[in-house]
Amino acid sequence: MSTAKISLRGVHKAFGANSVLNGIDMDIAEGTVVSLIGPSGSGKSTLLRCINLLEPIDDGEILLDGIDISLPGFDANPVRRRIGMVFQNFNLFPHMSVEDNITLSPVRTLGVNKSLARAKAVELLERFGLADKVNAFPDQLSGGQQQRVAIIRALAIEPEVLLLDEITSSLDPELVGEVLDVVRELKTSGMTLVLATHEMGFARDISDLVCVLYSGHIIEQGLPSQVFSAPQSERAQQFLERIIRAGRL
Amino acid sequence: MGTITGRRAAYERARKRRSTVVATVSSLAVVTAIVVLVPKMPRWDRVHESFFNGERFAHSLPRLLDAFVLDIKIFAWSMPAIVVLALLVAITRNSRSAALFPLRILTIAYTDIMRGVPIILWIYLIGFGVPGLGIERPWNSPLIWGSVALVLTYASYIAEVFRAGIESVHESQRAAARSLGLSSWQTMRHVVLPQAIRRVIPPLMNDMVSLQKDVALVSLIGPIEILRQAGIDKSKFANFTPYIAAAAIFLLITIPLTRTTDWLIERERRRTTGTRIS
Repeated sequence: MSTAKISLRGVHKAFGANSVLNGIDMDIAEGTVVSLIGPSGSGKSTLLRCINLLEPIDDGEILLDGIDISLPGFDANPVRRRIGMVFQNFNLFPHMSVEDNITLSPVRTLGVNKSLARAKAVELLERFGLADKVNAFPDQLSGGQQQRVAIIRALAIEPEVLLLDEITSSLDPELVGEVLDVVRELKTSGMTLVLATHEMGFARDISDLVCVLYSGHIIEQGLPSQVFSAPQSERAQQFLERIIRAGRL
Repeated sequence: MGTITGRRAAYERARKRRSTVVATVSSLAVVTAIVVLVPKMPRWDRVHESFFNGERFAHSLPRLLDAFVLDIKIFAWSMPAIVVLALLVAITRNSRSAALFPLRILTIAYTDIMRGVPIILWIYLIGFGVPGLGIERPWNSPLIWGSVALVLTYASYIAEVFRAGIESVHESQRAAARSLGLSSWQTMRHVVLPQAIRRVIPPLMNDMVSLQKDVALVSLIGPIEILRQAGIDKSKFANFTPYIAAAAIFLLITIPLTRTTDWLIERERRRTTGTRIS
């Protein structure tokens, strides 16, 4: 039995005839940062959605603290409160103020009383420099601010693991920094993070483990220094060469 | 800088003034044409006498207003029932639970059948048919069963309006809600429905205005509401003016209703959105 926070064993996922994950094995140790990199369509987002139980897997198992959460019929709602997720397009609720976005889940699913949840939301907003936005609506915020609110919303339920699905991919370049700063702070606070990302420089700096995905397989995994400077597999080499040529590393 | 802003503002003002003038002049032209030309028609005198008779109008108006109270009552108890039933049907049709499959089939059959038959027929069938089963008073009143017919038909239309709204909420909103640990019902209740309902308020109001008028159809099976009262007055004096009076009373309700909703929608939009394109 491994001591990993999350373990994937032979995870397979297909959408119809399109097989997206073809036997993923990985261990995510508590308090570490794991980056998933790889070309578009390699299965990074699907893998995160599977861990969050948003997509049922076809084969294999997903263990959270050694318990298989991927069994059919396993109650997903309590699991999702332990594994938070942040999306590429923020997915804030447009009809709710920032405060209501953040307090919705604590109030409805954890039964936290409204004023306590609000105090906590304000505290988190202050911590990430958004204290003045508590009553704003998502439409009134910049992309970077929206994504920071989305991260705070996920943090408000005090998850043990946070999944970040290409959270800077739809941001203007000058807004990427403020969101990455939040992620750095989360790492410092000891949060277990799994991120799918195209920000290679960031992945290299922040990760404890880097996994390179290629058509649903992990073709390479290891320390960032090792994966980025001396990739073993030919496909990982080609992928990284393309990234370097595009000036992204 | 100041002069550029000033010129810009002056230009905007001039443009606005010009649009206002064009709109006013064209509206006046149309109204004048109607007011001047219609009375020149060969039989205007007789139409004027039988449709716009001041004396008949004054005589009918209080009686019609009395009768209109019944229309408002039918509307007032039917509308909440319609909204609740329509929401239930729409949510059932949108549910993804396998256990609800038989209910989903039932709701599909319900919408198909209710929408496929003219509303007048349902009022006759349910309004006469159900009391005919031998139900005791007061539960055999055509008022009740006429209202039930209205509720069942309108809910089938409005369920489709709600369904369109629910389906228009992007899947990523559900994903975000579920990832926060909300159950599928909580996701529907707090995330999907509030957005769906806001989006369908204009078509919903459309149907509410329609309902407000279709309430008059219940008179076909007996209750004396405004339309029937107008018919009685018309027959008594062989004059159509009561119909004009009834129309005026309907407008008195429907126009403020629609204006108010438009205002509410606009206020909500201003509250939640950032920039707007002029």
